[in-house]
Amino acid sequence: MKRFLRQAWTIAHKDLRSEMRNREVLNAALSFSLAVLLMFSFAFDPNSNTETRDLAGGLLWMVYLFVSVLVLNRSFARETANECLESLVASPVSGDAVFLGKTFANWVLILVVELISLPIFGVFFDISWVPKFGPLLGVFALGTWAFASVGTTFGAVTANNRLRELMLPLLLFPICLPALIACVSLTWGIFDPEAVTEISSWVRMLIGFDVIYSLLGILLLDYVLTAG
Amino acid sequence: MSEPAILARGVTKYFGDFPALRRIDLEVKPGCVLALLGRNGAGKTTFLRMLAGLTSPTDGEISLPSVGADFVSVRRHIGVVGHGQWIYDDLSAEENLRFFASLYEVDNIERKLAEWLEKVGLKRFRHSRVSEFSRGMRQRLAIARAFLHEPLLLLLDEPWTALDDRAMHLLSSLVAEARNTGRTVVICSHQLQEALELADEIALLDRGRIGFRGPNDDDLRNAPDSLYERIA
Repeated sequence: MKRFLRQAWTIAHKDLRSEMRNREVLNAALSFSLAVLLMFSFAFDPNSNTETRDLAGGLLWMVYLFVSVLVLNRSFARETANECLESLVASPVSGDAVFLGKTFANWVLILVVELISLPIFGVFFDISWVPKFGPLLGVFALGTWAFASVGTTFGAVTANNRLRELMLPLLLFPICLPALIACVSLTWGIFDPEAVTEISSWVRMLIGFDVIYSLLGILLLDYVLTAG
Repeated sequence: MSEPAILARGVTKYFGDFPALRRIDLEVKPGCVLALLGRNGAGKTTFLRMLAGLTSPTDGEISLPSVGADFVSVRRHIGVVGHGQWIYDDLSAEENLRFFASLYEVDNIERKLAEWLEKVGLKRFRHSRVSEFSRGMRQRLAIARAFLHEPLLLLLDEPWTALDDRAMHLLSSLVAEARNTGRTVVICSHQLQEALELADEIALLDRGRIGFRGPNDDDLRNAPDSLYERIA
């Protein structure tokens, strides 16, 4: 177990270090999230339209889902340069350690973008998020793990596909729909506790989703990487 | 008698309807340097990829009995220099080697990193990003990556690509050193002269079949082109 975790950390550390070197994903994802939040705030005008605040949670998670695609697409694109993916397949590291390492690195990167864009979302939509930061962080952590675990598995599937930028969202969006609904409901419930009553059911669903897709990724990634 | 390092029985590989390898039978003893020669499309790289565990045969069996029995031990003892170099552009030379040393659980990492960066002449560039390297420097780093964990089986696919004379000499001495320490080396190339200088044995692949297999002798070394005539 210790060895498995060490291998996973080695891979995660390599991905995070690569990203810190050029910050190409972070810069692109942050710029994208800011641009979309700005467009949403103009399109829905939360200052004159109070109903928009009810939609705010949904809009926020739509942005985060798009941001996830940017981060996840880059995760395996980094491995296809110089055929580095083959070096992982030929190494004594199992697919489950590769999955865990890459999922963790993706989770950190997506979470960083989410946390930086949250204050901007608060300003654009005039929402006070600071007192609710604790519960929000919990939802972000669980929801982001859902996107990262599904996206890492499908990122490996589409890694060598010419149309991977298109294929990944096509596979990711429908599968992440239950997690997205849970995240939106929980975020809405945090901002307006009376609107959503079944908070614990949504939390259980999100945790269940994370566990199921993490196990699937752990079981499938070896096959996905060595198929062919 | 020791177990063979490589044992292939009836290995066949199809890509769609195209047979890349056709019933390959091959046994290689530990400590042997085998030159796997052949023209473009002969199936050399496909066979090497199978040995590295990157693809599996459509039919037949391939095993590495003296290298290891299970997944982890086999892969830990294989070193590969392939077409793609397998190095990360965003990381420095030292970070690349450190990453692979961690994956292969190399002991005394700091000492080994310093030793290999010195050997391949990249010590001065240890903190430079690989994206700033020339093709030859990248190939030298790829060689260090492949040899770093002291593998029992070395798989070298066109290892002379982009190397200058000094680096070619270094590679030759590394292969000789590997042979002297009982390690097995498979070199895929269509550069006959260089391969024949290092090899103990020759296997010539021709359209997915082994057309010739035998020891490397003076006749071959003196007239490498006669190899292709032998199977014609």
